[in-house]
Amino acid sequence: MISFKIDGQLVEGKEDGNVLEVALDAGIEIPHLCYNESVKPYGACRLCLVEVTRHGRTRMTTSCTYPVLEGIEVNTRAEKVLRARRMVIELILAMCPGDPLIQELAKEMGVQEVRFKKGDKDCILCGLCARVCDEVVGANAIQFAARGDRREMIPPFTAEAQDCIACGACVVVCPVNVIGMEEKGDERTIVRWKRTLKMKKCKVCGNHFAPWFQLEKFKEKAKLPKDFFDTCTTCRS
Amino acid sequence: MRIQTKADLERIREEGLKALYPPGIKVSVGMATCGISTGAGKVYEAIQREVEKGKLPIRVDQTGCIGFCQREPVVDILEPGKPRVFYQEVTPDRAVELVQQWTANKVIPDWLLCRMDTEEWVSEAKRRDYSILRIPEGMNGTHHYHEIPFYSKQVKIALRNCGFINPDRIQDYIARGGYFSLYKALFEMKPEEIIAEIKRSGLRGRGGAGFVTGQKWEACRKAKGDVKYVLCNADEGDPGAYMDRSVLEGDPHSVIEGMIIGAYAIGAHEGFIYVRDEYPLAIRKLHIAIQQAEEQGLLGENILGSGFSLKVHLFRGGGAFVCGESTALMASIEGNVGEPRAKHIHTTESGLFDRPSNLNNVETWNNVPVIVARGANWFSQIGTERSKGTKVFSIVGKVKNTGLIEVPMGITLREIVYDIGGGIPEGKRFKAVQTGGPSGGCIPESLIDLPVDFDRLTEAGSMMGSGGMIVMDESTCMVDVARYFMDFLKDESCGKCTSCREGTKRMHEILTDITEGRGKAGDLEILEELGWVTAEASLCQLGATAPNPVLSTIRYFRDEYEEHILNKRCPAKVCRKLLHYRVISNLCKRCGACVKVCPSEAISGTKKTKKTEGVPFKIDHGKCIQCGACFEACKFGAIEVE
Repeated sequence: MISFKIDGQLVEGKEDGNVLEVALDAGIEIPHLCYNESVKPYGACRLCLVEVTRHGRTRMTTSCTYPVLEGIEVNTRAEKVLRARRMVIELILAMCPGDPLIQELAKEMGVQEVRFKKGDKDCILCGLCARVCDEVVGANAIQFAARGDRREMIPPFTAEAQDCIACGACVVVCPVNVIGMEEKGDERTIVRWKRTLKMKKCKVCGNHFAPWFQLEKFKEKAKLPKDFFDTCTTCRS
Repeated sequence: MRIQTKADLERIREEGLKALYPPGIKVSVGMATCGISTGAGKVYEAIQREVEKGKLPIRVDQTGCIGFCQREPVVDILEPGKPRVFYQEVTPDRAVELVQQWTANKVIPDWLLCRMDTEEWVSEAKRRDYSILRIPEGMNGTHHYHEIPFYSKQVKIALRNCGFINPDRIQDYIARGGYFSLYKALFEMKPEEIIAEIKRSGLRGRGGAGFVTGQKWEACRKAKGDVKYVLCNADEGDPGAYMDRSVLEGDPHSVIEGMIIGAYAIGAHEGFIYVRDEYPLAIRKLHIAIQQAEEQGLLGENILGSGFSLKVHLFRGGGAFVCGESTALMASIEGNVGEPRAKHIHTTESGLFDRPSNLNNVETWNNVPVIVARGANWFSQIGTERSKGTKVFSIVGKVKNTGLIEVPMGITLREIVYDIGGGIPEGKRFKAVQTGGPSGGCIPESLIDLPVDFDRLTEAGSMMGSGGMIVMDESTCMVDVARYFMDFLKDESCGKCTSCREGTKRMHEILTDITEGRGKAGDLEILEELGWVTAEASLCQLGATAPNPVLSTIRYFRDEYEEHILNKRCPAKVCRKLLHYRVISNLCKRCGACVKVCPSEAISGTKKTKKTEGVPFKIDHGKCIQCGACFEACKFGAIEVE
């Protein structure tokens, strides 16, 4: 374990860990949107800014991408940091003024009004959906399109995401809950990716519980027995 | 044949010398992109046809760019016993004539750029004297190369071979001392000694950031791992900048030789040159150069029989500006989207494919063979305390002489703009010079005596960058300039991180409002705050430097911003939406020319004829779209703009 200080408090982290996870584990609040412990740190939202002092040099950086290093001193409440975070959340709010979570976060951080023209987006471009789909699920069904201010998270060619297995992992990790999943009869739809797949019926209770594609993929990935998904989770336990 | 010994290298040099300085007349056409775009291809063909037709004893050859892009196509004629002459702005017809005249021992003075009596071989600290015996007729008043203001203050190290060799012939490069540094490095120096020499030379990265090259090499050499990479950044994306392109098109072997020396010093056996696909000619030249170097045993397995091997791959980039950033460039080579990542672990430890990687820019690699050949002491005498050597700039914009220049570090901006650049055309006044590409800053007239040096430019709110230099005169609106660069950057930001993507977008939005008359009090403060956050909070250097054009123009031209915001006036008369066109009634001859060209029917009045006096013309500001057509059309200066 490697020890260092956050806001004067001595903390310990794993060798390949990052400052944000150590802070959160120690109960030190740092706002963040694009970080999720199940995927690699990405550094997109820029909300988890902190000041890090190493070898006498202090710089502002995102805590999710900063590696755990012996003897560093992290300041999560420096005036400069709070000022930059306020502007970052204001920029996100201006982009997605309708997201309740962003509105709330902005309010907590002391941003009352947006000084920029209000956009009409709902996605905050954190990329968590695509990263989970790639790094955890292995389906790699979606990715960002275009660059600069035209960047957006869309299904390939804005058509149905054909590699999507409708597992719903993206729906779960989306911090602003804008992907959408609907189940009707034996079908599940991931709304944002325009993907609808048939679900399998549980041999015991008869409920349609998960898409065929998803179950096949998971079985293959986790090397599960052939009949593992014949019954739903509820009936299996 | 594979070169195995120094004697082999000397033999190739002899071959090269014969090609460079043939016994008869040699006519070379500058065929880099700048030459070709002004018609050098046709000039080359015309000369070739003329030579074939007359069965003239003339060798027709091609070369790279000699720097004076404005005067392209440039043709030079070399004949033993005579001064070398450079003709400028050559057309196919002129080319035929000047060749005919030369065979009659005459020159056409009006078309001449300059003469050259000796040629410098930088790598070997030698001069080749042309041993002049005869002067062609008509050449008495011709300026010498080193007397022309454009060239007199230049010191060519990086551009040492550009315009003097045929880039398609490895022999030409070897003849001027090429690959002898490689021989020296492999057989007479230990890797550590090479690194020490590069460190001592004070060479700093020419790609923009100015990191000490030797230190980077040392870190990469010391990094753990058997597999290491050397990379060359040729993804020159700054608008108006073409230093790397010219080097690759005119002297590709210099970069390859630098990379081999670097790879040997670091312990890498694989290299990549990342070159943008918008540089088709540079790619072609590199292909040829790599192939020739491999054939000659200078690249590939067991280089020069030393046991050291290096494979160099050419990787074509898709043209995203952000791919010039080191981690984005590496992601792109890996086959991923060109997006930067956080660099808390240096790429010298974990870069391409998570292996230790050393990335240098074209010009940095190109400097290496000369430093190895002539030593750190010689190199570090050139330049300033903390910026050694020379820097190549492409000087463009509102300046009389545009082109590619190489100057010693520490030269002032005034010398570059006024002496080399020849000053501002049309008697206009200098306003600012932007250094460092789109994310550089604008330096005002009050700082024109600033020496060009990594640290001094950064202090002034700009940066050295890769070497683009855009000169602006009084007819340039600085708010509009900031808006233009922000427009570029908001498009070229990869969009990954909020502060860069949204920061550049919002700065652009506010600047657009200001230039279109919707500026309001407080805009400057928001711009400054946005600029600060974009610079401080962004993931990579693109974001960190993106606000420079905005912040530097606010710093030096605040009154111009305020004029736009408070008085809705554009002093440079550039921002269309802020212009007001008016008819000066006592100058108006009531000819009606303005009415004819007005696309929005904003001008009322009737023409004066023999029968009637007509009704004075007037512009309706509500209807006027500020296109300026009436202003252009009026022959009597009766339309004013303010």
